[in-house]
Amino acid sequence: MEIGKLISIAISMIFINNFILSKFLGLCPFLGVSKDMKPAISMGFAVIFVMTSSAIITWGLYNFILIPFRIEYLRTISFILVIGAFVQFVEMVIRKTSPPLYKALGIYLPLITTNCAVLGVTVLNSNDFFSSGGAVAGSFVYAVCQAFFAGIGFMLALIMMSGIRERLELIDVPESLKGIPIAFIVASLMSLAFMGFSGFKL
Amino acid sequence: MNPMDIIIPVLTLTILGVAFGIGLAMASKKFCILMDPRIEEIYKHLPGANCGACGAGGCMGFAEALIHGTCTIDRCSGIKEEAQKEISNILGIELKARIKQVAILHCHGGNKRAKDKFIYAGIEDCTAANLVMGGPKACRYGCIGYGSCVEVCSFGAITMNDEGLPVVDEEKCTACGNCILVCPNKLFTLEPTSKIYSIRCKSLDMGKAVMDACSVGCIGCRKCEKACPVNAIKIIDNLAVIDYEICNNMGKCFEACPTKTIGRKKK
Ligand code: SF4
Ligand code: SF4
Repeated sequence: MEIGKLISIAISMIFINNFILSKFLGLCPFLGVSKDMKPAISMGFAVIFVMTSSAIITWGLYNFILIPFRIEYLRTISFILVIGAFVQFVEMVIRKTSPPLYKALGIYLPLITTNCAVLGVTVLNSNDFFSSGGAVAGSFVYAVCQAFFAGIGFMLALIMMSGIRERLELIDVPESLKGIPIAFIVASLMSLAFMGFSGFKL
Repeated sequence: MNPMDIIIPVLTLTILGVAFGIGLAMASKKFCILMDPRIEEIYKHLPGANCGACGAGGCMGFAEALIHGTCTIDRCSGIKEEAQKEISNILGIELKARIKQVAILHCHGGNKRAKDKFIYAGIEDCTAANLVMGGPKACRYGCIGYGSCVEVCSFGAITMNDEGLPVVDEEKCTACGNCILVCPNKLFTLEPTSKIYSIRCKSLDMGKAVMDACSVGCIGCRKCEKACPVNAIKIIDNLAVIDYEICNNMGKCFEACPTKTIGRKKK
């Protein structure tokens, strides 16, 4: 494990392979929750949290169950199982222990259960770091780090989008483009801009 | 093929699933939140359409809002009279009488009585047809007849009759207003069910143009205006309009109208 590699993972997940803008995962919360800055930020934190913790759990699942039994091909379905159960559990705990936080997160937490970005990051992890068979030393740290920065990238895109959309409310958008259509156009332009990062080689 | 190749994955997944299931079940016991039992009670009496017309996120949200007092029962238009009583019992409040309303269609120009302007062969949807030169009917104010309102009514209250005109079933209509929103020519309004006369035309054209296009259109002749003893009808922009605050179901206008534009409910 080197610091250099961690930094390159961070830059790659935030800019080059941004989950929303380059990989087109997790588009529903991206368009659904980006109307205002505030919920966008809460959603961002929720996603970072869920991504990181599911990376930890699925790392264990993959290394200690799927690989020893040689059933790696079951990873998608078993990851879905884990993430679904985990998010449900977290929701319960938050609901019990901190009602205000539960209120703040509201619908976003259950939304994450079926968020393809979360599943995407775990699958990506298993591709990138476990494919050499057996647990690679340090793969855990890389996996968690990758998930965390994927979450940061998600939040960044969400915040930028909500900032733009808050301003879109105030300007004179042609009638037929109001609302979601202009959001799609903005999203595609942002995505084009992020394509500029794809020239980076780390 | 080794049978283990099948048994192991199946077993693993089953065990995982069952383990998570049990885990979650135990967790939900441990972290259970006491919900107000009244919410469930109330929810049972709501229509369950989850239409969102009340402003809450669905019927469950509405039930919660009722408990918290941030909403009143009459915000839900889908709810039946008895259910309203039940709910106000649960909430321990008194029920105010509600004037039942029904959607009325303000056009009688079905395909027998209103002429066509051209033959439309596009998507069979009123909004789409309306975009093509204001629809295929010669009258651009009238019912286009592709039944977008039928589609949108979650209570099945609208059917198309053999003239291609929507008919509202007064029993089933809950006055939710969805048809009002969807109709591109804004042909529906909500009126108290007690009123039996209504102007079945929306055309603002001059009398001659109306007559050319449709045999039951309002030609703005003012006969009804003059016939009404309580002055409930006014001609506004070549169109008769009934003021239901004043109208007392006398029916003089109905008799006076030369084009039979004014409709009367069978009672
Ligand atoms: S939506 Fe309007 S135009 Fe279309 S059928 Fe219904 S009343 Fe007629
Ligand atoms: S859509 Fe129109 S006809 Fe159907 S219930 Fe609502 S108001 Fe009544």
